Amino acid sequence: MIRILDAGPQTTVQDLGRTGQMRYGIPPSGPVDRFAFVLANRLVGNADGAAALECTLIGPRFEVTAAGAIAVTGADMPVTVNGQRAAGWTTVALKPGDVVKLGPARTGVRSYVGVAGGLDVPLVLGSRSTYLRGRVGGVEGRALRKGDELRVFPSGPGKARRVEQRSIPDYTGEPTIRAVLGPQADRFTAEGLQALFGGRYEVLPQSDRMGSRLRGPRIAHARGHDIVSDGIALGSIQVPGDGQPIVLLVDRQSTGGYTKVATICSSDIWRVGQARPGQSLRFHPIDVDEAHRLLREADRALDAAVREEIA
Amino acid sequence: MRFLPAGDLAVCVELGEEISVEVNTRVRALEFLIQQKGLTGVVETVPAYSSLLVYYDPRAVGYEPLCAAIAELVPQATTAVLPPARTVELPCCYEDPELGFDLTAAAKRLELSIDELVRLHAGAEYLVYFIGFTPGLPYMTGMPERINIPRLDTPRTKTPPGSVGIGGIQCCIYSVESPGGFWILGRTPVPLYDPSASEPTLLRPGDRVRFRRIDRAEFDTIGAAVAARAYRPVIA
Repeated sequence: MIRILDAGPQTTVQDLGRTGQMRYGIPPSGPVDRFAFVLANRLVGNADGAAALECTLIGPRFEVTAAGAIAVTGADMPVTVNGQRAAGWTTVALKPGDVVKLGPARTGVRSYVGVAGGLDVPLVLGSRSTYLRGRVGGVEGRALRKGDELRVFPSGPGKARRVEQRSIPDYTGEPTIRAVLGPQADRFTAEGLQALFGGRYEVLPQSDRMGSRLRGPRIAHARGHDIVSDGIALGSIQVPGDGQPIVLLVDRQSTGGYTKVATICSSDIWRVGQARPGQSLRFHPIDVDEAHRLLREADRALDAAVREEIA
Repeated sequence: MRFLPAGDLAVCVELGEEISVEVNTRVRALEFLIQQKGLTGVVETVPAYSSLLVYYDPRAVGYEPLCAAIAELVPQATTAVLPPARTVELPCCYEDPELGFDLTAAAKRLELSIDELVRLHAGAEYLVYFIGFTPGLPYMTGMPERINIPRLDTPRTKTPPGSVGIGGIQCCIYSVESPGGFWILGRTPVPLYDPSASEPTLLRPGDRVRFRRIDRAEFDTIGAAVAARAYRPVIA
């Protein structure tokens, strides 16, 4: 069991998300940074979709009541076990009574705590993911609080694993995010598209799991910013009348009535979720085939990232 | 018909650009056919007014083959393939200004008596085009033209769940507390979204909705039954 001593500002239970509920208005949820989330699970020998913690900007402090293992990936939050520094992106063995603390993120926004066996919270509509606005999943549909106790599924004997240094992403700087034009690129002027793919867009503090709000050169519409409402895909860049983009993430509204100029490819979307307020992004257009090639590349990179330590 | 890429995991199949029962029926029929045929690689589908967003797994199917497979189904996507629609009866209290807080103003704007407006609104049958925006929120039309009203000039920041509103040709029922620009005529005590239920959302795309006019006493009685988990919505 894991006992939460301090929860941090927004720590939630997530798995890989809900499927098939968007037609009822319920978004998939799941981790904002799927790449780091899957690695946290693989480091502790879990299936990719086991439930783990997503921590936002400042991590939690928690006590484990049984021997086990965890792994912390994603945003660079300093990890300590009983006050002693522990490494991120690697398996950390724990004994009963150990207290783990994740400090404020030095880079990135979201870190993941994979727990050997996976967190045992109830399945809601087929998933353990927390959807905060809809108050479902995870622990009572909410972020964790001090005093929460999370059960853990049994796990086999642990192996020590680590993510290769070269596979650990750099969350600093000004990442270039690749995006596929559309679905409503034809509703924008050529200058508007040039602005999107030539300019620099700053992440605003109002960003959350629903979407990242950005500020930069105006993305001008050719004819009206309203459309007949349609479904919104992960990573769609919605542009309301003020010409400022909002990138829609895992807790997004299932449908909406604003034009979407482009959609960030799935292998890059985590970069948006790990960019801190004040950090800037650039966008680069690619076509669907190229995006699929990048996804296969990202799958291979994920498979190549984890090494078993030789004792 | 247009196929619009929505990133690398979804494609928007656009069957029209207008809000009409005819186009929306084809959208829902196409969704039904895709589910029924179990098209390779399709992960989930989201119908809207005139388009269907199809999520897919590019590891299982390429963009072009998926679009070709969908295009093949489009000609068959008609009312004939859809299963019979459900009709959901929703009790609605119009009479209490605390619940239907825009009723008087809307009646004045439409130059109707309050009773006439309620009669016109409650007498119609509504079609749920799709569910979206917030969990369980239906996008519906079906009102008589006489009560088409422009949306509020200044949207309110909070609308209580269950609020039944009108704006333009649309009728909407808020499923959770949210901002909104509709004129609120009344409120239903039946939750459209209940996160603690095994099926949290009440309405589905394609449902027909009828409102049954109730007084405040019945509103409170049904509300208490809902709270005690003793209320069953009337679905035919």
